[in-house]
Amino acid sequence: MTLKTTLIATTAFSLVATGAFAQDMSNDMTIVSWGGAYQDSQLKAYVEPYLEAHPEVNVTWDESSAEAVAKLRAMNEANNITWDLVDVVASDALRLCDEGIAKELDFDEVLAPGDDGSTPTDDFGNLLINDCFVPQIVYSTTFGYRTDMVGDTPPTTVCDVFDLEKYPGKRALQRRPIDNMEWALYCDGVAKEDLYDVLGTDEGQQQAFAKLDTIKDQVVWWTAGAETPQLLADGEVVMGSTFNGRLFSAIVEQDQPIEMLWDMQSFDLDGWIVPEGLAPEKEARVMDFLKFATDTQRLADQAAYISYGPARKSSAPLVGQHASLGIDMAPFMPTDPANATNVHNYDYGWWADYRDDLDAKFQAWLAQ
Amino acid sequence: MSSVAFNPEQGKPLHPFVTFTLPLVAVFGALLGFIGGQAAGLGPLEGAIFGAVIAAVLAFVLTRFLPRKTGRWGAIAVCVAMGFFAGGFAGAVGGLILGALLGWAVYWLDTGDYRRGVPPYATTGQVLWHNSFKFICGAIFFFLIAPIITIIPLSFNAQNFFTFTPEMLALDPAGFSLKHYQDFFTNDAWLQPLKNSLIIAPFATFISVSLGTLAAIGLSQSHVPGRRAIMAVLISPMIVPLIISATGMFFFYSQMGLFMENYLGISKSLSGYIKVILAHAALGVPFVIITVTATLVSFDQSLTRAAANMGANPVTTFFKVQMPLILPGVISGGLFAFITSFDEVVVVLFVGAAAQKTLPWQMFTGLREQISPTILAVATILVIISIALLTVVELLRRRSERLRGMSPG
Repeated sequence: MTLKTTLIATTAFSLVATGAFAQDMSNDMTIVSWGGAYQDSQLKAYVEPYLEAHPEVNVTWDESSAEAVAKLRAMNEANNITWDLVDVVASDALRLCDEGIAKELDFDEVLAPGDDGSTPTDDFGNLLINDCFVPQIVYSTTFGYRTDMVGDTPPTTVCDVFDLEKYPGKRALQRRPIDNMEWALYCDGVAKEDLYDVLGTDEGQQQAFAKLDTIKDQVVWWTAGAETPQLLADGEVVMGSTFNGRLFSAIVEQDQPIEMLWDMQSFDLDGWIVPEGLAPEKEARVMDFLKFATDTQRLADQAAYISYGPARKSSAPLVGQHASLGIDMAPFMPTDPANATNVHNYDYGWWADYRDDLDAKFQAWLAQ
Repeated sequence: MSSVAFNPEQGKPLHPFVTFTLPLVAVFGALLGFIGGQAAGLGPLEGAIFGAVIAAVLAFVLTRFLPRKTGRWGAIAVCVAMGFFAGGFAGAVGGLILGALLGWAVYWLDTGDYRRGVPPYATTGQVLWHNSFKFICGAIFFFLIAPIITIIPLSFNAQNFFTFTPEMLALDPAGFSLKHYQDFFTNDAWLQPLKNSLIIAPFATFISVSLGTLAAIGLSQSHVPGRRAIMAVLISPMIVPLIISATGMFFFYSQMGLFMENYLGISKSLSGYIKVILAHAALGVPFVIITVTATLVSFDQSLTRAAANMGANPVTTFFKVQMPLILPGVISGGLFAFITSFDEVVVVLFVGAAAQKTLPWQMFTGLREQISPTILAVATILVIISIALLTVVELLRRRSERLRGMSPG
């Protein structure tokens, strides 16, 4: 027997031996999230409490959620999955689940029942959009404006964004067709329930672009959620769309002269997926954490750190005050009845069909 | 305009004031007014006219009634006062710069200083080109340095935005703070990447320097077959677009990582570090090869033959004779390799897992997701480190030049 084969044989033996006696849960876990205030809220609400109960576990964060789909595809192809639990938005979860990269879960089996005794399926309700995605929060894309730049009559409807006479100055909009085209049509007189029917036609798309054309040279296009708060703080834009939690932190924590405009806010979901193909002991650890991190109390706790609404119905009554500032969080929640009087329900299914086509048209329109 | 010889002693104007200095200064003033007017809230046209009038009046008063030094201070005082009334402290700072520029321009044109540095027989075109050239050089320098200089004061911002706040512009101490530096040195999200960078960069540098130096010495021997082809392959990581190397490395090192974990029993974390270190070493090798090869050109090969003649074996010859002489090249190559690894973000994003997150990676995600000024604090620190390292390289280069100058032949 050569030295090499001896080595391989002993290594293989020791691997089998350690495998047999190892714990059935891995102690390392890599969690992928968005960074910033959102990741902080996850850290405080459920990662730190979980580590307190399981001091042997070591968590590594990777702030790569923005490119989660591309990276997971590459990892899947190279058969080298280095992520254990991935935070993604609903539309990415749809793609990952369809491609078989995200693991399908039996929600009633792997998630904790609600505090009120309801099954997970009932508790999350229609927010369970497929078999892979465990939603944590409801957030919205909505507008903020500089209180000192809008005169005595602050904007009250989303259509004020399109009114350059009343509110001159630059506006920040997200560099994608989603939401912008719906808002444009809505402000051009299309009824809310007809938005997607109209947008499905060529004339409707032309109409939306024509409306956007009226403000095009006054628009600053953003791609990262942190850009709009920065532009508002600089006074470079009068108003701009972004995720409501970013505006919350600029207003309440950074004390900027900004106010929210909730009209026609666009609801979206963010949550966990588990990659397909994890080693059994890794998967056992992830499932244990997932069950803990998405129970009723933990999701309600998260709302004490960031102004996003918990995805469980049973968490809503437990939402209280901001953890360090002591203010009531309810007025900053997108789901609060006072803020949700006129909501735009963004249609994932419709956009899944039209996204590629409209993305191309939108880019072409931008370049004109 | 005829070219009249200039006599510096007399300091007499070359051209009549009304047809030369006055219109040129007015145009210059219009340009400054165009920029300054927009900052002060005037329209561009109003600003330009206003600037031209001020500049013309200044030119007239200064050249007629005041000596150079007094006149320049006077111009600054007038502009600071106007700026202060228009825009408070920030306006005064703007006025200071504009006043200094205007005062300088008036005398520069009027006394004929603009011809200094060109021979007396130069034509108008040549004088114009000489000054344009100096201006272009200054502008290039400005555009290279200004973005780097801007981040330094911003890193002391008391707010969590990339903004020069009114308090900062008024030099109010409340507008400044060290909290972003404090965040960097106390926040685990930054300390772990710093630690990773400090682990990965030295190891990668060590491997690059060892392999690169040996390769350079081998390739400088004339009897090695296919030297140019080998050289081209070794230098390719520097030439191939990084994103392409990174994509290839991702698949290559994924397989290698699986091999290390499954057959050698290396832990996932350690194999992750090995992968990133090897990838960075490959990126650093070309820098070492190039700098060492350049030093070897001036290395006298007869020294190695002399050492062999005296009974030294090749290894002793290398360490006792060759290495001390080419050391400056080795060290500067090593510094470049170190900076390459320390600043690199693309390859580590592909090859590394989150446990190997380096400082540039954290800056990259931090910039995209939260625009926190902690990044500016880190950037300031890195700029200072880079300046220190480049100073070392420059000192070494001078030392090597000095040694070469003294060595016979």
